[in-house]
Amino acid sequence: MADIATREAYGRALVDLGREYDFYVLSADLADSVKVDYFRNAYPERYVECGIAEENMIGVAAGIASTGTPAFASSYAMFTAGRAYEQIRNSVAYPNLPVIIGASHAGVSVGEDGATHQCCEDIALMRVIPGMTVFSPCDAIEATQVTKAALLAGSPVYIRLSRPASPAVNTDSYVFEPGKGVVLCDGDDVAIFATGLMVWQALEARRLLAERGISAAVINIHTIKPIDSALIERYAARVKQLFTVEEHSVIGGLGSAVCEVLCATHPARLTMIGINDRFGLSGTSSGLLSYFGLTASSIADKISASLES
Amino acid sequence: MVKEEIRELEEKARKNRLLSLEGIYNARSGHPGGSLSIAEMVTYLYFCEMRVDPEHPDMPGRDRLVLSKGHGAPALYAALAMRGFFPESELKNLRKLGGILQGHPDMKKTPGIDMSTGSLGQGLSAACGMALAAHGAYNVFCIVGDGELQEGQIWEAVMLANHYRLSNLYVLVDYNKVQLSGKVDDISLPGDIEEKFRVFGWYADTIDGHDFASIESAVNAAKGQDKPAAIICNTVKGKGVSYMEGNYKWHGNAPGDELYEKAVLEINQGV
Repeated sequence: MADIATREAYGRALVDLGREYDFYVLSADLADSVKVDYFRNAYPERYVECGIAEENMIGVAAGIASTGTPAFASSYAMFTAGRAYEQIRNSVAYPNLPVIIGASHAGVSVGEDGATHQCCEDIALMRVIPGMTVFSPCDAIEATQVTKAALLAGSPVYIRLSRPASPAVNTDSYVFEPGKGVVLCDGDDVAIFATGLMVWQALEARRLLAERGISAAVINIHTIKPIDSALIERYAARVKQLFTVEEHSVIGGLGSAVCEVLCATHPARLTMIGINDRFGLSGTSSGLLSYFGLTASSIADKISASLES
Repeated sequence: MVKEEIRELEEKARKNRLLSLEGIYNARSGHPGGSLSIAEMVTYLYFCEMRVDPEHPDMPGRDRLVLSKGHGAPALYAALAMRGFFPESELKNLRKLGGILQGHPDMKKTPGIDMSTGSLGQGLSAACGMALAAHGAYNVFCIVGDGELQEGQIWEAVMLANHYRLSNLYVLVDYNKVQLSGKVDDISLPGDIEEKFRVFGWYADTIDGHDFASIESAVNAAKGQDKPAAIICNTVKGKGVSYMEGNYKWHGNAPGDELYEKAVLEINQGV
């Protein structure tokens, strides 16, 4: 299967869902970029162009949702979770309205646009809000099903989407189950919990680790909130070390969410691999992942080194 | 509107003020100034204008009110209670733990509240969303504060409302000239508010926001337009209580025993 970006899958899924369900889609002058132009072209009467005004877009989505019709508000992670944080918190989450924030361009894989457009803090910002569900699909197949699950949730949802096309992790028979982590490959020595684009990198890292005689489980955490505590606890009791890999700050993201589970029930050694409290910068998408140590080889090296220490 | 009707409405507005103040006094906190300034607006909307059903507060086709200046909640709660959405006795639990009346409006806790508000600048956006989703089936009213116009999001919403020609959207600006820390003029010059809305493509009018006949004729005139309407309501912050009128110190403070008694007396006397 050709590489497809999760934002692309989101945009296509909205068109399919639009045939069966009544909902609105909003964007803030980024329809082409977040792929809701497909929906706009298919159902112009249910598309609301809000102009470059994300705070207002979130509020308009809340107003629409208050009438009982769900609304997808689509922009970049930076300009939704970031710029419109308080609108999401107070106008959407506090009244528990069915607004889905389709946030593309998460992490440093945005590439050349640089730090102002690379949001590495959105998971932290969104998961701290009461009642907010946070999905972070790993490929197009999952993103398609995540989009539908978000629509059916009937409550606030944040979907973290990526800009670059990425390989399929799942097959067509995959069935997405919200809140349930997916053990893609099992292993006995270490467990790698990964999310978003990092899942594919983690699978590649597993292959490299196997060559070094290390058996790694790779678990796709597509739902950051509510997190699959039971699965995390199970692996904490089983393997020597745990690792999290995310294209997000190590402060407040997947790593923190896993730590919160472990602290309470299964104190275990966890190493967080992610963005180490830094801003992004311009470069190619793959170049930046290398720069921040988020490629399969970097991940494998960090895991090997941690096991040796 | 005949004299008799106006007298009745004035009586309701008087009661609205008494209930607002009673709640704030009991809570030992709240925002009297901006509650007293909107007593006529909320009274007019709930008793003369809006199609609502207190027995079915979530009726899909109802008209909606978004109190974007959410700190005026006591006046809105008083109007809802008087209209029968919940018993007036609930007003005594304003801002109290376990009560249904939060410090700022909460659509999940209070029957009749159409949108949770309180963080300034956000309500008008939600009102736009409602007006869009209505497809002309109902009207959406939104009360914004004059100080609140300093929030950039307001003007984002004003642009969107014009773009989509939301002719079922009616904004009432509570132009009481005073905000939390002083006079609006001293904090951020508002300029000609009516003209501002007009250049953004809206229909706009300025009226006496304490005069029922003016409110009625302004709303009715706005209904004939093919665009969103802003009615700038000249009001007095703390209206009806001499020591509160125009005084920013009563934006967010509750009166103590003596001053509360004085306030009740003055409102009853109609100073």
